[in-house]
Amino acid sequence: MSPFWIMMTVLALAVLGYFLGAARARGAVGGDIRRLHSRPVYYGWNAAIATAAPALLVLLVLMLALPLLAGEAGPGASWLPGGAALLVAAVGLALALARTTPQYRARAMVERAIKVALIGCSLIAIATTVGIVLSLVFESIHFFQLYPWQAFFFGTEWTPSFGGGSELGMLPLLWGTLYISFIALLVSVPIGLFAAIYMSEYATPRVRSVAKPLIEVLAGIPTIVYGLFALVTVGPLLRDWLAAPLGFGNSGSSVMTAGLVMGIMLIPFVSSLSDDIINAVPQSLRDGSLALGSTPSETIRQVVLPAALPGIVGAVLLAASRAIGETMIVVLGAGAMARFSLDPFEAMTTITVKIVGQLTGDNDFSSPETLVAFALGLTLFVMTLALNVLALYVVRKYREQYE
Amino acid sequence: MTDVPSDLPKRVGAPARKSLLTPDTRTKRRNAAESRFKVYGILAILVALLALVFLLFTIIRDGSGAFRQTFISIPVTIEASVVDPKGNRDPAEMAGTLTMSYGALLEQSLTNWVEQNDIRIEGLTEADLASFFSAQARADLRNRVLANPELVGQTVETPALAASRIDGMFKGRVTRESAAIDNRTSVAQYDLAEAMRDRGALATRFNWDFITRPDASDNRPEAAGLGVAILGSAYMMLIVLVLALPIGVATSIYLEEFAPKNRLTDLIEINISNLAAVPSIVFGILGLAAFINFMGLPRSAPIVGGLVLTLMTLPTIIISTRAALKAVPPSIRDAALGVGASKMQTVFHHVLPLAMPGILTGTIIGLAQALGETAPLLLIGMVAFVTTYPAAPPEGFFDAASALPVQVYNWTQRADSAFFERASGAIIVLLAFLFAMNVLAIVLRRRFERRW
Repeated sequence: MSPFWIMMTVLALAVLGYFLGAARARGAVGGDIRRLHSRPVYYGWNAAIATAAPALLVLLVLMLALPLLAGEAGPGASWLPGGAALLVAAVGLALALARTTPQYRARAMVERAIKVALIGCSLIAIATTVGIVLSLVFESIHFFQLYPWQAFFFGTEWTPSFGGGSELGMLPLLWGTLYISFIALLVSVPIGLFAAIYMSEYATPRVRSVAKPLIEVLAGIPTIVYGLFALVTVGPLLRDWLAAPLGFGNSGSSVMTAGLVMGIMLIPFVSSLSDDIINAVPQSLRDGSLALGSTPSETIRQVVLPAALPGIVGAVLLAASRAIGETMIVVLGAGAMARFSLDPFEAMTTITVKIVGQLTGDNDFSSPETLVAFALGLTLFVMTLALNVLALYVVRKYREQYE
Repeated sequence: MTDVPSDLPKRVGAPARKSLLTPDTRTKRRNAAESRFKVYGILAILVALLALVFLLFTIIRDGSGAFRQTFISIPVTIEASVVDPKGNRDPAEMAGTLTMSYGALLEQSLTNWVEQNDIRIEGLTEADLASFFSAQARADLRNRVLANPELVGQTVETPALAASRIDGMFKGRVTRESAAIDNRTSVAQYDLAEAMRDRGALATRFNWDFITRPDASDNRPEAAGLGVAILGSAYMMLIVLVLALPIGVATSIYLEEFAPKNRLTDLIEINISNLAAVPSIVFGILGLAAFINFMGLPRSAPIVGGLVLTLMTLPTIIISTRAALKAVPPSIRDAALGVGASKMQTVFHHVLPLAMPGILTGTIIGLAQALGETAPLLLIGMVAFVTTYPAAPPEGFFDAASALPVQVYNWTQRADSAFFERASGAIIVLLAFLFAMNVLAIVLRRRFERRW
């Protein structure tokens, strides 16, 4: 029997347990349910949970554990998880039915089980983080055993070759990442900030109710769409109208292409975060400034923005973290050449592009050329985490408290 | 009367004002700065909106062609001597006839048609006629005959898929000039296509195959479709919905209604807000290392993609669910507790149903986000070239499949530029799904949202 059908059988047993438990509770008091501790449904649920929960747990544990013990148990043990699960289910059902008496505190048991399940679900968030860190760290250690870490962190050459003798220096990738992110911020921060200022300080409610959702549509568009936009439209446009006539080379994919498109993607991110922050500045500050005779723009520049500054800095840092971790736009728009250059019209590459490049297709998990992706992933994870923590810290530490 | 000293120094910087009604230069300057500032704001919004319009415009312009396809409709005689040499109409035996022979049939019928219609074109070679049909057209014809052996010996008016370059002539991708320097088509083919169009044997019509067919190999972009990708995406969305909604709601209920204020709760909260900001590609690495290498799940399978996307979507769903739970006023809880309900009964019988519209809205938005996600799927092998549909769930969850956004990426990596049209077309399909999901979310919110 496949695990799926064992699961289905266990669940069917649980449904059976539900009806048997409820019926038994009713029978025990001769239909006068006032004499029961809990309502009959709780006896039913109690039996169902006692049937299914331990059995599914046993099934899961054995299924995960068996492949690890496969050497000792041999192939004949494939019936073991299913058989054990069905046995546990039957025992659980029998026990629960045996305990179904009018005095049995079924509701308390059911509620305790639900609470355990709720806590279990909450722990998935922690498990995910642990899983990410473990999978990155283990394979990175593996990589650093094959390749010196100094050469990875401080190397300036990126020439992987699966034949061996590859140089896997991270610095050119880091440079590309930071350069593209910088251009993206250069585009998105002024536009996003001014849009937020206009919408929160000047726009009439009608303009706001139209413009704000429209700008947020930009945030709902998947990054692959921006990537294709960069590849098919923006890249050739920049090349034919800007780079080629000015003699900056003729590469369709470039830092400028990726940065510009990523900047567009980040506009709603910056604007909606800043919008919230600007709206949180108390009206009394504006009123005070306006009453002293300053114009609205002077009020914004000299009163509102300074008050909102920590939040805006936080928003920019979060946007930077987004830009560094962005993948599809740079995969399609930035190119694959790892190099140091200041020319924004040249193709460069980023950490995320190389993670995709090294891990797509057939992988050999014993070669440094594949494993380097995990070290790059770890670097990326640490960088974005640091930016997020910094953003939170800036907001908490420098936030002006009013009232 | 007051004595006004005549030797009062003049105010620095502000020249004597003639009247309150005529603004002085400093006021003018300040007012100009004011309107400039306002214009910057309007410009910023306009730039953002223009970018949006331009983006959508180019995608629709480039992609709408994928929904129309050129078909050849000429009478094709299915010669018994070619497809069924033994003459017993047994499909098992006829399956021995190679696709190549059906290509010869198509070519022969086109030659006949050209002669019958008395079309004379300079330099029209046999190769031109052969490459007029898509390589897919012969396979289609073969499948049709095998499915219905009675067709043997008859003449059928079959709409056959035209080659990509012929299709391009109808969409403006190929011109007479570009045909001359293209080694996959020729000027003679171009002229023949025009002649056939004038006689109604070549026409472009709506292309359902783009939605339903599987992907096709590099040299037949005209046959490439989204069938496997849509199915793969649907499977993954099903997995995300089934896993992320209950887990997300359970987590939110615990954190919002039951969690004591302690270290563990803080740890969970920090983890959730952190996971929301982790780059999506890192989740792909997690999927590769944990689900494929460690747990041994198959590559390219929707189950792995679904699990990865579930973990990615959880923070979104948790954040919106918690907001929805918070919005339920405490008086509801107090009333339920007051008439003797347990804490658990209060939450599940009263708070949760009231928060449901908000939870569903958040879930749909989380699903929309998961549907468009590409980067993590690249790492778990969804880029593989898959031409067979996955089986029905649950077994199908373990079959190789593609996904809509990954299919777009896949097509951008092909050499033939005809695939760009397909990629943009796939994006239109993707955006249509996203649009529908968002509209559903808005409708749900409008319809069921309560204000207390």
